[in-house]
Amino acid sequence: MPVVDQRSAPPAPRRRPAPRPAGRKAPSPRGRVHGLWPYALIAPAVGGMLYLLVYPLVRAVLISFQDFRLRQLIAGEAEFVGLRNYRTLLSDPRFWEVVRRTFLFMAVNVVLIMVIATLVALMVERLGRIGRTVVLCSLVLAWAMPVVAATTVFQWLFHSEFGIVNRSLTSLGLDSFDRYPWFANGTAVFAILVTLIVWQSVPFAAITLYSALTTVPLELYESARLDGAGAGRVFRSVTFPMLRPIFLLVISLEVIWTFKAFVQIWVMTRGGPGDATTILPVYAVQTALSGQRYDLGSAASMVTVVLMSGVLVLYFRQMLRQEDETR
Amino acid sequence: MSPRTARPRKPVRPRLRRLPLNIAAAVTVAVCLFPVYWMIATAFKPSKDIRSADPQLFPHTWTLDHFRRAVEADGFALFWRNSILVTLGAVLLALLVALGAAFAVARMRWKGRRQFMLMIFIAQMAPWESLIIPVYIISRDTDMLDRLPTLTLIYFMITLPFTVVVLRGFIGTIPPELEEAAQVDGCTRTGAFRRVAMPLLAPGLMATSLFGFITAWNEFAYANFLIIKQQDNRTLPVWLSSFQNTFGTDWGATMAASTLFALPALVIFLLLQRHVTSGFAAGAVKG
Repeated sequence: MPVVDQRSAPPAPRRRPAPRPAGRKAPSPRGRVHGLWPYALIAPAVGGMLYLLVYPLVRAVLISFQDFRLRQLIAGEAEFVGLRNYRTLLSDPRFWEVVRRTFLFMAVNVVLIMVIATLVALMVERLGRIGRTVVLCSLVLAWAMPVVAATTVFQWLFHSEFGIVNRSLTSLGLDSFDRYPWFANGTAVFAILVTLIVWQSVPFAAITLYSALTTVPLELYESARLDGAGAGRVFRSVTFPMLRPIFLLVISLEVIWTFKAFVQIWVMTRGGPGDATTILPVYAVQTALSGQRYDLGSAASMVTVVLMSGVLVLYFRQMLRQEDETR
Repeated sequence: MSPRTARPRKPVRPRLRRLPLNIAAAVTVAVCLFPVYWMIATAFKPSKDIRSADPQLFPHTWTLDHFRRAVEADGFALFWRNSILVTLGAVLLALLVALGAAFAVARMRWKGRRQFMLMIFIAQMAPWESLIIPVYIISRDTDMLDRLPTLTLIYFMITLPFTVVVLRGFIGTIPPELEEAAQVDGCTRTGAFRRVAMPLLAPGLMATSLFGFITAWNEFAYANFLIIKQQDNRTLPVWLSSFQNTFGTDWGATMAASTLFALPALVIFLLLQRHVTSGFAAGAVKG
């Protein structure tokens, strides 16, 4: 709507405000014409985005079409080789294994995060004032824990000899966990990483869903209850439809943030043992910076970006809809 | 506050019915806090208790030995200085640039405003993990590898979109009439903004910059891959991640170092608790 407004408004002569048709709501910004000022104000931001985001992205696309290894990195003058890197990549069974693992990792994380976060949000809503404050405070603390610190702590929790997890499991009578080497077993490390990421992501999702819950009008619940709906029915027919937009936003954010798990994985295992925790971004960086195949690494990164942009489109559709509502 | 708090209390429910709810709440609190607690507890425990056969939930004796070892570790002060310099630089730069952009978006009418916001939203979702390789190559070509300003620039870009979105929201809540009145009274346009809007904006600026601070403070990937040869230019997260290599099995010192590194973030989040839980972050994310 604002776009149409701007286009159809005639360029106001001199500094007089453009007359607005009666009965139309004036948009929030003033109806004055500012000349070049706004463009000067956004110039640094646009410049930054062009140089620090668009340029690297373009560069990555170019490199993915070039023969770019250590020699080209030092001497420059990379040669274009068309789709060769993508062909190499897509015919590599290891790459497909990584893609499959990435999706598995994403699905497990997102499902767990959303289910737990919804339950926590519903629980917080039902708590009394003190309980609510305590739970929210602890959620915030868990959220605040820096990624690298949290990863280090989890390594310590699951330490094979002195870790509290093994100690507790052993004292519960599960003797097989005595000195169980979590980080040597691919599935076990995968599970630890999922636990870590769920632990770190649930607070944001739960708090966001909770603040969305508080906006649901009480009357809706009451009338549903009067109509004889049980708790499950109320959630399905009242709560969930009201939360749907926020729900979708949180899901797409969590999907995108799965790729940020790069940091946890790199700090904890660097993708190991073997390939057990290698997801796409880890694979790309390994290939490029450890294997010096910058071309293949860039190609893998571009595949990642394409996969992510599917989710992003969903996210932006949702967000633009909200943006239009608030304008 | 949320409308929920104003709600009349429900008639007293039987205690028994509330029991599962309270148990669930207790479990949630325990799960959230345990890793944080365990980090701090381990940091204060004497080494022999850390390695003892039966782990104590509460340290019997407290010691500062681990902290002493962490602080005396090579380059500890240097890495703190680096982290603070990089983070402050990035946040201040982002604040300055975002203030202008947010003002233009919230208060002015111009062609391309919507497109600009769309760009900001896309930038907010930028796949930074997939840009490590080109950024590494570009920094190498432009001789920016191993230098702190490179990190400052990257962190500036990571925090900028968020800052613009939040500040736009804050500026939008200040009625322009206030500034217009000041202008009528003889202030210039910038003067009016500085004297009237800025004081109202201060809490927003504070909250936004603290969030930016935390993002930059925690950043690991770029700090790890762009600072390679010049080890003196490393930042705290990278230092912490390599801590185990330097300190081997000294988990007490490792946890002490983690505690020291996490402390600023934990304190800031608790201070901002109200903002965080009122959906401020969600608002920033969804616009």
